[in-house]
Amino acid sequence: MDSDEDDRIPLSQRPEWSDVTPVPQDDGPNPVVPISYSKEFAETMGYVRAVYLADERSHRALQLTAEAIHFNAGNYTVWQFRRLILEALNADLHDELEFVEHLASKNSKNYQLWHHRRWVAEKLGTEAAGRELEFTKKIFVNDAKNYHAWSHRQWVLQTLGGWEDELAYCDELLEDDIFNNSAWNQRYFVITRHPGLGGIEATRDSEVSYAVKAILTKPENESSWRYLRGLYKNSMPSFVMDRRVSTVCLTVLTTKANCVFALSLLLDLLSNGFEPNQELKNAVEALLPESRDQDSDMAVTICSVLEIVDPMRVNYWRWRKKSLHSEVEEGVRNLRVH
Amino acid sequence: MIGMEPSSSSPEWKPTVSQEEQWILERQVFHIYQLFCNIPPKSQAVMLELQRDNHIEYLMKGLRHLGPSFSVLDANRPWICYWILHSIALLGESVDDALEHNAIHFISRCQDQHGGYGGGPGQMPHLATTYAAVNSLITLGGHRSLGSINRVKIYSFLRRMKHTSGGFSMHDGGEVDVRACYTAISVACALNILDEDLVQGVGDYILSCQTYEGGIAGEPGSEAHGGYTFCGLATMILVNEVNRLDLASLTDWLVFRQGVEGGFQGRTNKLVDGCYSFWQGGAAVLIQRLHAAAGEGHSSVRSNESFTSSEFSDDEELLEGTSSGMAEISPDVEEDAGRDSGIDHANSSSIPFNLTQRHIEAEPIFQSHALQQYILLCSQVEGGFRDKPGKNRDHYHTCYCLSGLAAAQYSWSKDADSPPLPRSVLGPYSNLLEPINPLCNIVLKQYNEARQFFSKPL
Repeated sequence: MDSDEDDRIPLSQRPEWSDVTPVPQDDGPNPVVPISYSKEFAETMGYVRAVYLADERSHRALQLTAEAIHFNAGNYTVWQFRRLILEALNADLHDELEFVEHLASKNSKNYQLWHHRRWVAEKLGTEAAGRELEFTKKIFVNDAKNYHAWSHRQWVLQTLGGWEDELAYCDELLEDDIFNNSAWNQRYFVITRHPGLGGIEATRDSEVSYAVKAILTKPENESSWRYLRGLYKNSMPSFVMDRRVSTVCLTVLTTKANCVFALSLLLDLLSNGFEPNQELKNAVEALLPESRDQDSDMAVTICSVLEIVDPMRVNYWRWRKKSLHSEVEEGVRNLRVH
Repeated sequence: MIGMEPSSSSPEWKPTVSQEEQWILERQVFHIYQLFCNIPPKSQAVMLELQRDNHIEYLMKGLRHLGPSFSVLDANRPWICYWILHSIALLGESVDDALEHNAIHFISRCQDQHGGYGGGPGQMPHLATTYAAVNSLITLGGHRSLGSINRVKIYSFLRRMKHTSGGFSMHDGGEVDVRACYTAISVACALNILDEDLVQGVGDYILSCQTYEGGIAGEPGSEAHGGYTFCGLATMILVNEVNRLDLASLTDWLVFRQGVEGGFQGRTNKLVDGCYSFWQGGAAVLIQRLHAAAGEGHSSVRSNESFTSSEFSDDEELLEGTSSGMAEISPDVEEDAGRDSGIDHANSSSIPFNLTQRHIEAEPIFQSHALQQYILLCSQVEGGFRDKPGKNRDHYHTCYCLSGLAAAQYSWSKDADSPPLPRSVLGPYSNLLEPINPLCNIVLKQYNEARQFFSKPL
């Protein structure tokens, strides 16, 4: 748009605006945080204020809001007014999608832009699903973790559909970058909300395999560990009984010797009534320096190890150790309830 | 890095985007820390010093004049006011009478005739700018400032923003998310206009935003995120429904957001950023205070009390089961769903737990010194603060780095009445900032003055 700046004709010189008197900004006498607007910015906003106050919902007003938005995409009042104009004119919203797309590359983290996009897509309905999913994909090429884009994508899936290829898309992203937590979050979103997958109960098994594989590939990746734990969010008994969980902990502990995440997951297992076998006990005890006392309670030992190998969270592990008693009580009680 | 053994069948190993970015940042940060370690103690002391004068100069300048590049913040001017005024207050300074007068008048011009504040004069009212405006006016303090707030109109604006989901819209026709809930509820609490109609359903909405990771997202289904986690947690505390959250998993997610750099990241596997010093660090402080209030898990949490000065929560009020304005009309704590841990809820309102524990200091659950180190050595610049080395300073980061620094300095204290011990403050003790109310992020003294001013219900 830089070249356009030189070509811009001041509004005061455009014949189609000759009947309008711009309304100056009313900051008062000695405002704080005053901004030194450029002449062009100030002029544009002066005319915007005029049509806004007159509630003029015309084509020229629509064009004017576009200019204002280019100057400041954060002006939610102008965006909202634009929506009113689009409705009044019964405008072709496909053009509106184009408008947003042109702004998106330089404003990809702008709340108003994404909210507007959602509004347009909702009006267009299910026919827009494909295009919306493509739009977010384009954003992900440059920033695979763009928060707004992910929220928009989720909204599209839930409201307009298009679930078919979503899990496969997550696979793709995770192949590119297994540390992409947004993609992991999206996986969770799909397995819990995809109307055709049967919910988390039906998908848990294959997802556990997927998570375990990811963990073994990159044991230092927090995302996969949290995902694994998350699969058992409201089913502690299944969590405790799934051998694969304790097995992956054991594998990582013995091959990598130090894995905070493996120890942490093991701690969770124990807090929920898991009974460790001798192999696990040995693996954990091997991590404790000889000078230290083992505790008969493996959970306590794990906390002690974590205090040493994860010094940033030493106070947290100390607090976990102190809370163990009530933690385990509650965990075991939950088990019994089920 | 362990775990990267290439095998004959796998392609040549190459770092992912996440790994690459992380390594670049770590190199920059550790370079700074290395430098720091290798200089004599006197120079170290200088590096750790909070450059108060430089910061005040930067802040005052912003209050008086902003260049054309700020045009993109033309719909956020109350925010700029708050970021600057709050920072000045944290540094223990205040603005002169003329500037104060101008600030009050300008903010008042951002008011909408039907209630609420917009991003500038003539703009639609917006929850975020309302939050910023109200917080600014409270930070300025005094009758003129507080008296300029029209609580009746603001209340009606908040009611209009209420959404069927239980959450709030940011503005008429605007987006609904956890930020909107926080800004609305925080304003309502600060002005003592919180009621059942505003609170209704907020807990349900925020609960639906807690993710499998433990943190809280902006909308149901989205990724756990530091900013939204703070907003969600603070809101739940303010409406007295915090025990409905899975606090154990929230805490776990939160502590793991502190990186090797000492700063906090906003999401798993993303980079640390100075502003999360407050969003995450502040949330950690909130969690700590909840733990402290609950003791060893044997009393239910009357959350609001432990966040305010004991000046306004005397024994009598607690024994009668009523509290100061904030918690007054919130749902009864005993009604929290699901988490029965065998605790006697019956007489919770008669236990003045925060009073008995007042002078006991406890270790923060995060590494407070490491956070302070990141803020002072990596985010601090000559006048203002930045996200991370390589980024430019701005008022937003200045505000939240300072707020996070304050939270970290006071993180050993159960409440803000007792001044922190010297060991709590990294660098010279003169680095100590003013204590804040971590729920609304307003300097405590000013917050308490406002509570007194607005003590009469509408």
